[in-house]
This record gives sequence, structure tokens and C-alpha cells, in this order.
Amino acid sequence: MRKNSWWLWTAALAAYAFLYLPLLIVVLYSFNDSRLNAEWVGFTLHWYRELIHDTDMLVAARNSLLIAASASLIATVLGTLAGLAIHRYKLRILPVLAVTPVAMPEILLSVSLLLFFNLVFRPWLGLELGMWSVIVAHVTFCIGFVAIVVRVSLLGMDESVFEAARDLGATPWQTFRLVTFPLILPAVMAGALMAFALSLDDFVITFFTAGVGVSTLPLEIYSMIKIAVTPEVNAISTLLMLLTLGMIVLASRIHGKAFGSSGP
Amino acid sequence: MKWSSAGGTTRACSSMTSRLGRWAVSLPPTLFLLVFFVAPSLIMIVASFRFPGEYGGLAPLVEHGRWQYTLETYRFFFSDFIYAEIFIKSFAVALATTLICILMAYPLAWLIARSPKRHQDLMVLLAVLPFASNFLIRVYAWMIILGPQAALARATNSVLAVFGFEPVTLLFSPFAVLVGMVYVHLPFMILPLYTNLARHDPALLDAAQDLGANAWQRFWRVTWPLSLPGIFSGSVLVFIPVLGMFAIPDILGGTGDILIGNLIKEQFLGTRDWPFGATLSLMLTLAVLALAGLAAWFARRGVGRHA
Repeated sequence: MRKNSWWLWTAALAAYAFLYLPLLIVVLYSFNDSRLNAEWVGFTLHWYRELIHDTDMLVAARNSLLIAASASLIATVLGTLAGLAIHRYKLRILPVLAVTPVAMPEILLSVSLLLFFNLVFRPWLGLELGMWSVIVAHVTFCIGFVAIVVRVSLLGMDESVFEAARDLGATPWQTFRLVTFPLILPAVMAGALMAFALSLDDFVITFFTAGVGVSTLPLEIYSMIKIAVTPEVNAISTLLMLLTLGMIVLASRIHGKAFGSSGP
Repeated sequence: MKWSSAGGTTRACSSMTSRLGRWAVSLPPTLFLLVFFVAPSLIMIVASFRFPGEYGGLAPLVEHGRWQYTLETYRFFFSDFIYAEIFIKSFAVALATTLICILMAYPLAWLIARSPKRHQDLMVLLAVLPFASNFLIRVYAWMIILGPQAALARATNSVLAVFGFEPVTLLFSPFAVLVGMVYVHLPFMILPLYTNLARHDPALLDAAQDLGANAWQRFWRVTWPLSLPGIFSGSVLVFIPVLGMFAIPDILGGTGDILIGNLIKEQFLGTRDWPFGATLSLMLTLAVLALAGLAAWFARRGVGRHA
């Protein structure tokens, strides 16, 4: 192994600092006893107490969790089917349909769904924008992610396992239930977790499809940033970062298992 | 190796169930995406040819017994240079963001790729971990850092004052927008670059050294050309989302720092001129498709050359 030169280390450390310092400042100021995020005054838990009593924020948190749970559940079912279908059959349209919403700028999916909901669902079905439209929109962009994760895990598998099951007289459904599904389960779980995190995190698509009454944590954070910045934003940010960190640890455990059992 | 031991009758039977299975597996996701992705996209195309409604939204499709279609929004788009200018500005911001991301990501990706194998996973994780925090939080962090009362702005302005310059505001400026764009999209450049650099054969560099190439020549003649595919995929992953971004200019930019995304958002949520918003969205879609096509073409050419 070649020795890395000092300037490479310096540039790389600067990049790491650039990545982490802003987030550290957010966390630090969440404990700062001052309304202004300008200089350190003293330690306080005031902003966290404020947060617990902020009913709007609590409702938004509940909405976020509800939306993420439903959207990730539906997206996991549809995405797993899509991953299986793309892997098994030579399909031409489905891969494009699943991946394009992920590859386009988010605003394009957002405004086309806004139009669709307002022009089709409202006049024809009498449905106003709300929680359901956010869930549908989140499912649309999460399917691709789940499908990719499932497809990648299928690619790493030995086809002879499925052939053996067929030769031993298993019906397609039995092959799926007893062989395929247990093998892809870790990937499905990882995909579900990913969809949950993406949904929980999404701002742009939610912003356009939520309608008037529904708020989520990112929407709440956005309006606080735009209207009146207080360190309460730092407090909710810190808690969200902890939540994401926990989910990453969980995901990496599942992921480790996924590749431990089916690796080459 | 592919082989089948199924007999004639069982094959006929299993081909029927497998066709059934094929539909059961591929139909639900296809249907969902046709309804919630393809149909909305088609509606958007149609909407761009319709008249705006009196109170926002769209005018009725059929009025006075006639279909109401128009090219008005397209004429409007080309009638005022300001819209083309915003498109050009968005491309410039996307290009600048991509270039800065390359400059910042390259040393880091290279260092990780040259580190001992057992450290690489952790170093990559550390590089992409901030990306896991909420998008708005990462943008908000720069509101704090660039804020007028924060240390950075005060230090900058006291230095400027020494040289007799007027104080500047860092936040709500094109500079802040660029910083935010780079910060949010940097991991998209680090990952593909690292993946590419980690695959390079160290023997190539040894050979170059044995042939008398100095450190700079080894980089410029060996590592850099081999890393172009990585730079390329990273650039696609950065350029396209930046092109449509509205939230970062919205939060970190001033009133004048408007990009395509902000213009589109304004048509749908502000002035409620949906046909014009749809037209702008279509223009952005075309720009992205053109870029994707160009990217695919370059990628194929690159593969042909290295094969």
C-alpha cells in the first residue's frame, strides 16, 4: 500500500470537517440558552421542553410516522413484486416505470401528482388532498428503491436453488413461499426500512401533495425555518438525527445478515 | 447452466401457472405506476396546452361547445427572455455545484480508496452518514453558520472593513445557495468516485513509477483518465437534482436567487397559473431527458473505448 501524502490527508480531513461541522453546530445550539443561534451562552434543556409541549409538532410527528409506516408497507409489497418480476421475466416497461420517478428531479413528480390529484381525484371521487395523497406519492417514489434492493439480492443468488425446488415437485407458489421469500426476506426488510426512512425524510413531494390540513415533521421544520427560527428547530433536528442513526444501525444489522447468508 | 427436466404435459401445465404467476407478480406494481406516475405525467403534458382558470387552476376543457386548447403558454415562455435566463442560471448553478463537488470529493474518495481495506468501509460510512440526516436540517445548518450574527459573517466583515470594503451579507445570497447545493449533494459524488477508484489496479501505478513517471504524471496520466467514468456518474447524480431544486434557493437564497424549481413552485402554489407551471415542468423534463440521453451516449462511447 502506497503512503498517502500529507496534502491528500489535509484535503480529505477538510472534506470530513465540511460534512460534520454544520451538523455539530445544529446539535450544540440545541442546548444553548439563547434565542439566537449566534454564540454560546450556557447549557439548557429549555428547547427540548418547549418541543414536548408543542402540540403542532407532536401532531406532525404522529402524521409523519403514520405516513411513513403505511407508505413503506405498500411500497415494500409493490417494490418486492417489481423486483421479483424484473429479475424473473424479461420486462421492458416495468424497470423504466420503477426507476424513473427516482431519477427525475423530485419537483417534477410532485407537480404532476398535484395536478393529477386536483384534476382527477377531487372532481371525480370527491377526495380532497390529505394524508392519503401523501402516502400515494411516497409509495410512487419508494417502489423503485425497494425493487432495486430486492433485485440486487436476487442477482447474488444461486439459481439452482429454485430449480431444485421445482424438480422436487414444488408448485411456483410453494417455491416462492418456502424458498424464494425466506432468501430475499433480509433484502425486503432492508428495502422496507429504506422506504420508511425516505418517507419520513421527504420534504419536496410532501410539500406539494399534503394539501392544507396535513402537516409532517419536515413541513413543520420548513415553516419554522421560513417564519421564525428558534433553537426548537435545533432540538427537533437533533432528535431526528438520533432516530435516523438508530435506524441506520438497525438496517446495517439486517443488511449484514442479508449478505452473510447469501454472499458468494 | 440451464436445463429442464419437466415432461411435456407438466410443462404445458406449469407454463399456464407460470403465466398466471407472471401476471400476479408484475401486474400490481405496473398498474400502480401506470396510474400514479404515467397518467399524471400525461395530464401534465395536456395541462400545458390548456387555458388557466379564472381563479387559478385550469379553465374548463370544453366551453361554448368547443375544445379549449392553446399554445399560449409556450408563446409566453419565449416572449420574455427572463424565463430562458432562469433556465440558463439553473444550468450554471448545477454546473458550478458539480465542479465544486468533484474538487471536494476527489481527494476524500482517493484517500479512502488508498487506505487499508479494513478501514475503507468505516471511512465511506463516515463520508455518507451526514446525508442520512434530514435534508432541511442540513440546509438549516448553513442558515446558522452564514447568519448575520454568526462568527463567520462577523469575521468576514471585520476583515473586509480593514481593507475599506462595505460589509457583505453571506446568508440570502447566491453564495449561500451554492454552499447549500454542494453540501447537500456531495455524497452523490463521493460514492461513485470511491467505487471507481477502489477498483484501480495498484500495479499500474507501480509500472508508471518504474517507467520514471513522477507523482503528478502518475496521477494525470493514469489515475485521472481511469477515474473519468466515476466522475461522470457522480456528475449525473449531482447535476440533475440540482437542476430542479427549489428548497435550497428558497431557504438560503435572496429574493433574486430564483431557479427553475422556484419558478415552477410559484406557478402551482403562488400565482396558480397551472398551464404555465406545466409548460415549465415539461421544459425541465426535456432538459433532464436530453442530459440523460447525452450521459448514456457518453457512457456507451466510454465503454467502447475501454473494452
